[in-house]
Amino acid sequence: MSSIKKPPVTHPSARTNALGLKLRDYEGTMSTLCAGCGHDSVTAALIQAAWELAIPPHMAAKMSGIGCSAKTTTYFMKQSHGFNAVHGRMPSVTTGAAAANRDLICIGVSGDGDSLSIGLGQLCHAIRRDVNMLYIIDNNGVYGLTKGQFSAATDIGSRSKKGEVNTVPPIDPVLLALSLGATFVARSFSGDKQQLVPILKAGITHRGLALVDVISPCVTFNDHEGSTKSYAYTREHGAEAVTTDFVPLRREITIPETDAAVIEVPMHDGSLVRLRPTTAGYDPNDRASAYAHVRACQARGEVATGLLFVEESLKEMCDGLGLPQEPLVNLTHEALCPGSAALEALMERYR
Amino acid sequence: MAATDVSTPDYYHKVVDCQWACPAHTNVPGYLRFIAQGRYDDAYLLNRESNVFPGILGRTCDRPCEPACRRGRVDEKPVAICRLKRVAADHRGDITDRLPRGATVKNGKRIACVGAGPASLTVANDLLPLGYDVTIYEKNPTPGGLMRINIPAFRLPAQVLDEECDYIIRMGAEMRYDTPIESMRALLAEGYDAVFVGSGAPKGKELDLPGRWDAPDQVHIGIDWLANIHFGHSTAIEPRVLIIGVGNTAMDCCRTAKRVGATDVKVMARRGRKDFKASPWELEDAEEELVEIVENHSPKRFVVEDGKLTGMEFEIVEWKTDEKGKQRSTVLDTTIIPCDAVILAIGQDNAFPWIERDIGLEFGDWDMPVVDRRTFESTRPGVFFGGDAAWGPENIIWAVAHGHQAAISIHAHCEGRDLTERPPQGMTLVSAKVGMHSWAYDNDYDPSLRQKMTHEELTKRFSDIGVEVELGFTPEQTAHEVQRCLNCDIQTHFTAPLCIECDACVDVCPTRCLTITHNGSPVDDLREHLSAPALNPAQEIYVSDALPQTRRVMVKDEDVCVHCGLCAERCPTAAWDMRTFDLRLPYAGRDLVAR
Repeated sequence: MSSIKKPPVTHPSARTNALGLKLRDYEGTMSTLCAGCGHDSVTAALIQAAWELAIPPHMAAKMSGIGCSAKTTTYFMKQSHGFNAVHGRMPSVTTGAAAANRDLICIGVSGDGDSLSIGLGQLCHAIRRDVNMLYIIDNNGVYGLTKGQFSAATDIGSRSKKGEVNTVPPIDPVLLALSLGATFVARSFSGDKQQLVPILKAGITHRGLALVDVISPCVTFNDHEGSTKSYAYTREHGAEAVTTDFVPLRREITIPETDAAVIEVPMHDGSLVRLRPTTAGYDPNDRASAYAHVRACQARGEVATGLLFVEESLKEMCDGLGLPQEPLVNLTHEALCPGSAALEALMERYR
Repeated sequence: MAATDVSTPDYYHKVVDCQWACPAHTNVPGYLRFIAQGRYDDAYLLNRESNVFPGILGRTCDRPCEPACRRGRVDEKPVAICRLKRVAADHRGDITDRLPRGATVKNGKRIACVGAGPASLTVANDLLPLGYDVTIYEKNPTPGGLMRINIPAFRLPAQVLDEECDYIIRMGAEMRYDTPIESMRALLAEGYDAVFVGSGAPKGKELDLPGRWDAPDQVHIGIDWLANIHFGHSTAIEPRVLIIGVGNTAMDCCRTAKRVGATDVKVMARRGRKDFKASPWELEDAEEELVEIVENHSPKRFVVEDGKLTGMEFEIVEWKTDEKGKQRSTVLDTTIIPCDAVILAIGQDNAFPWIERDIGLEFGDWDMPVVDRRTFESTRPGVFFGGDAAWGPENIIWAVAHGHQAAISIHAHCEGRDLTERPPQGMTLVSAKVGMHSWAYDNDYDPSLRQKMTHEELTKRFSDIGVEVELGFTPEQTAHEVQRCLNCDIQTHFTAPLCIECDACVDVCPTRCLTITHNGSPVDDLREHLSAPALNPAQEIYVSDALPQTRRVMVKDEDVCVHCGLCAERCPTAAWDMRTFDLRLPYAGRDLVAR
């Protein structure tokens, strides 16, 4: 909590984006999360990414379920749409929204509790369907809102604040997503915006489901010694597999193209994701090697970070379902409701 | 770059822009908070400690604090610091029992002060409580110096001046009115332990153009004319008056002329408006009183017909900057502006005809005494200068600052100590945290605009020269204006070893002052690569020690920090804390560090 609202003053050098909006125009209300919560940094990174991409606020939908992470959608883009779903049910509500309006930029924010426990099935099916959305998991490895129980993401051997050691194996959302055929899989850290912001920008631009697992320490219940999701542990054990630079369509590319190690992934809208593997031989276009790399890091006690896998070629959910390109809201009444004769004809096909 | 040292007072003092800019280093945010709490007595006394004349300065100060005010960088207009000082003075109760008192036990040392203006009175204020006998020689029958005879009563009522001079005189100063000093040699012969010269710059500059002496009764020297009006030697002026010069004295002259019979008053300036010496608000006040300000007119000659001044000839000039950056004028035309009287307000000189040149007191350039900038001592030990008498005309607040420093020197001189060893400034830095997210100051940002001072209506103010023009702030205006203060003295204090680099402070800062980055680049380079580029090179960049987890550093651009305290509120480890900075200034006999 803070005692005051953020003063309505900006730095004299504050710039505007292509829409004429300042960074602070992408803010939401004041956070009521604990001071130092990693989720607030993820929020700040989202604000930065949305401002840099010049997302028209009215074209974005912020979706969440239940938990500390779910509160954060209030803290950015106050002029955007939003939906607080039932616990773990954010993916299905987002699926509906994405189907109804293909122009919407859907930003889902969930947590390890919301997505890996109660909502695990929802997450899996959203990945399988390749819903066109950014799916952020604010992963702190703990149930913070209920005062610090182990979550499904708590690593074996990690200690709770009271000293208990976790013995149950965790679900790694990155491995899960890779095995379920996700088309964009990344892991980052709330304390590293240099890495996180380009990944979020790429994820928002990606056509299909972009899963970003963000280690986001719970400063109140899981930032102690012995925790494997603390600021200090993540900094010590983070292993960036690949650095990401997002080059939007608008910007002229000025970086020299000579660096052979750079892998460029063109996005559907003409923008470019440039990846530079920091681990020798790493190929972010190869699902199997990505999986192997994450497992190998795990075995070494490291946390693999970066944009680990991206594949921009597949069709997202709406393409697969043959849905019209036009948002339903823009269709005429006749097109949406073709009348009883059309219904009759349809029914006839199934008789 | 190296970590910033915040252990000495200078770094945090500089953050308090108003206090840093004030020659007397008045604790502005401190007294504004007192006003906000309705503690006018405390506000007045806090002011008085450093600037001695809050009521007077609250009306007449040249306000170096206001252009420096951080609010002006965030919100266009600075806090109306000066007029809030007046609020403290106007609403104070009886504070006489809280004033410093003259010592009952004397130390046997005798000090003479020449002139009873702000500099001498400050010296007396500082030395009387220490047991000194202070004798003040004044050529006029009343104290105050230029504050009384050159500042018209419609800007500074006599009663305000009397009260604040009396506070000091009642401490036991021996006042010798109507006693001009005619000879320094004779004064020294009286055996004083030290002499302080605070006699001002009493000689108005002459403008020796053709015709100047052909109608001498119609041409006046500004400061002399103001004094004559003050003493009633002169009670009226002709209808059409030209004021030559556009400094603050010119403003007082034109507005006074309006009150003693002039109907058509023009202020004639050689240069364009941007180069005027007068403070912008004084220009506004004069124009409100229908005084015409004429730019780019350079005086050429006085037009006198049959022994009577009928006008003045001017060259109409244009100013251009040459390759060397110097302004040069070219004459476009000449014109005669008819008038019945001319007042010359083109500056003041010092004049020391009464100081003999063979008494070991050296004079340097422009026939000015050689005075040490730090000790205020002349080349003759035991003789000190301050105020306008030291280095030429300045403002009242400078005279006060000089007085404090000269008093420190006089005290050291009388105790036989080295004058050049100046007592250091000190500071206290105390956490302003008084509870979970509550602070010892109101950290919320008030978006109010600067309040406008209400003025007496024109007919009323012209009816009597003593009618004060500014009516002071109403309680509502005061309440808004004090909240505009950003409390720059509540410092953002950082303790690097506590930081866990969670970014919460960086994320929450409304003006993007904070950055966590790798150290290594020189400061100019660093300024370019912060969360928001640090555009104001006059403002400091804070760099912390290396942070524990990544060895990066916390960097803060002080420029537009609004001291909202959100960094400290969002900090989980109290690495950021809001701390009340109190600059401890040394005064004579009140050194902060025991010798």
